[in-house]
Amino acid sequence: MKIKEEASERHVLTITVDNEAGILAKIAGLFTARGYNIDSLTVADITENHNVSRITIVTHGPPAQIDQIHAQLERLVPVHKVVDLTEVGPYVERELALIKVAGTGDIRVEALRVAEVFRAKVVDTSTRSFVFELTGTPDKIDSFIAIMRELGIVEVGRTGVVGMIRGPEAA
Amino acid sequence: MSEERSGASILVESLVRQGVEFVFGYPGGAVLPIYDALFGDERLRHILVRHEAGAAHAAEGYARSTGKPGVVLVTSGPGATNAITGIADAFMDSIPLVVITGQVATSIIGSDGFQEADTVGISRHCTKHNYLVRDPSQLAAVIDEAFQIATTGRPGPVLIDIPKDVQVASAAWNDGAIQRRNRYAPTTEGGQAEIVRAVELIAQAKAPVLYTGGGVINSGPEATRLLRELQALTGAPVTSTLMGLGAFPADNKDWLGMLGMHGTYEANWAMNQADLIVCVGARFDDRVTGRLDAFAPNSTKIHIDIDRSSINKTVPVDLPIVGDCATVLRQLIAEWGSRKPQDLTEWKRRIDGWKAKDSLAYRKSDSAIMPQFAIQRLFELTKDRNPIISTEVGQHQMWAAQYFHFYDPNRWLTSGGLGTMGYGLPAAIGAQLGNPDDLVIDIAGDASIQMNIQELGTATQYRLPVKVFILNNEWMGMVRQWQELTYESRFSQSYSDSLPDFVKLAEAYGWKGIRIENESQLDDGIRAMIAHPGPVIVDCLVDKPAKCFPMIPSGAAHTDMILDGDVVAGTMDDEAKALV
Repeated sequence: MKIKEEASERHVLTITVDNEAGILAKIAGLFTARGYNIDSLTVADITENHNVSRITIVTHGPPAQIDQIHAQLERLVPVHKVVDLTEVGPYVERELALIKVAGTGDIRVEALRVAEVFRAKVVDTSTRSFVFELTGTPDKIDSFIAIMRELGIVEVGRTGVVGMIRGPEAA
Repeated sequence: MSEERSGASILVESLVRQGVEFVFGYPGGAVLPIYDALFGDERLRHILVRHEAGAAHAAEGYARSTGKPGVVLVTSGPGATNAITGIADAFMDSIPLVVITGQVATSIIGSDGFQEADTVGISRHCTKHNYLVRDPSQLAAVIDEAFQIATTGRPGPVLIDIPKDVQVASAAWNDGAIQRRNRYAPTTEGGQAEIVRAVELIAQAKAPVLYTGGGVINSGPEATRLLRELQALTGAPVTSTLMGLGAFPADNKDWLGMLGMHGTYEANWAMNQADLIVCVGARFDDRVTGRLDAFAPNSTKIHIDIDRSSINKTVPVDLPIVGDCATVLRQLIAEWGSRKPQDLTEWKRRIDGWKAKDSLAYRKSDSAIMPQFAIQRLFELTKDRNPIISTEVGQHQMWAAQYFHFYDPNRWLTSGGLGTMGYGLPAAIGAQLGNPDDLVIDIAGDASIQMNIQELGTATQYRLPVKVFILNNEWMGMVRQWQELTYESRFSQSYSDSLPDFVKLAEAYGWKGIRIENESQLDDGIRAMIAHPGPVIVDCLVDKPAKCFPMIPSGAAHTDMILDGDVVAGTMDDEAKALV
């Protein structure tokens, strides 16, 4: 007997929640307990009094499972609202990355040139290294990292995606 | 009026304010301040169980039989972890519980203190919501919200973890009403467009089935009344899940019996051949659907459920209606007005054909009591008392569901979703407390009853006249049955060796013990059990190899039922084995 796999879709969900202890564990745990995928997860409080947090989760799964994820999240008491940006669209998504590249001579020159093409900022430098800051879609960051890897990446940090619906209205 | 009170005292006052009658609990270090606050307080009755799992199941039995939330109070660490099975059980079967657990002091949390466990972490995915209260001034509001969450929407268990220092520290207590956050507001009313569409579909259906579940019971007695009214208007035959038994009277001509793995032939065939299925408060559980791609293939499906996440979870439906069963049924009846249903004569004729198969017929024995017969006699001899029946889990549970008949809601207490052996005895204790004048019987098996046998002492202490009727076949019968049908009768570890003498055990706890060894003793034994004013264990020795039929084997369709007497290969392919 073999385990079957189903075709899956990538979805970006934003979740507004009461900023209370354990809520992140609840949400992350819901994904593990029910066998859903988390590709990235970001969270920070977004109101003046720090009572409400906004979580962005990138997930993938068969369409029926995405619908279940939506329903299961809404079932949690501290969850105010779940928006499937991919479903509601169009939307923008951005991610921030810090990439440390080490090397000397031509490598440094080439790294700076590539950074310029990608509009990455240099936020730290030493005689043997740069730390670049890059904001963009996950794809753009992926390609930047792929090139830098050839030049000598020593460390990468990524925030995961935050997303927002286009136009004047809140989602 | 406002005054300073300890956290423990605020808890007790809050429980009283909620109208709590019983607290099922067990003391320990981290709840000593609460037990001290309870001392001498006659407004709450504390029921001392013998194991914390018993507390949770007793609270479930109380809740299921009365419609009120059950309250549990246990200590930190092992007290909480022991209660987890009962909490998970209540979560699966949507039973309203409020569980109070003690916790080590806030200064000790995280340091692996004595009897410390991460109760909030452990219970996170088997509670509807949980709290760790770090400030006594928040206790009153938390308890108020906990009761609201436990009892509204889809009911379920809510846990409140209270560190010991929070129980001792004081805060202002106010007699006045609590300011609610109102963040939990489930949808109860169905959308009007869906209601209109649903009524059109029902009115057009030539082969409709009402498939009802525990949601009808949870919605309250009004939902049961409305279900019967809608059925009378539409003439649709009715089947029910295990959890929904009692919502529709078993003597109605349109009652099909339970559906699913051990459901009747007519219920499963009707589901398979229906052109319209109206699911009311059920959730298309795998025990109900059998093989998913063969489940009710040609039907339009309407799904009424208060929990949006139940919709399209396993079976895609054509018309979801998110709302409370009673409210939606009332809306449907109003919309139906004076419509006339289609002529269902042909559909009923086909159903009669399936009924003629007599799928609950069973093999007779010359020497031993057939377990099905024992349940039939128990039913006949107790039905005029309209008893409350609880069960453990296994063959006896399915036989009880098949051969005991129910006419009212809240009379049938069983562990459906989680399938917890050891549920029945404590559940019967909780039900007896909530219904002191009713006959409460736990139909048990010889293996299951031993899982929470210590609760015999609880019934003795509170003089509860619960009856335990054990179908004793000296086997974990359902495990044995599966091993016989799936693993060529390799009976791995399913024999109940070293069984206690249940009659002597009953006597040791101050109960009456009755043994029934053959058919001639059966009726007298049952009558003696009913006549005895105190608690009774009946050890009814039954036919050992008897199996529970009909049965949809693992991974099979509704139309592939095995009936008693069918020849079975005794093996299954890996796909079927893996499905369980």
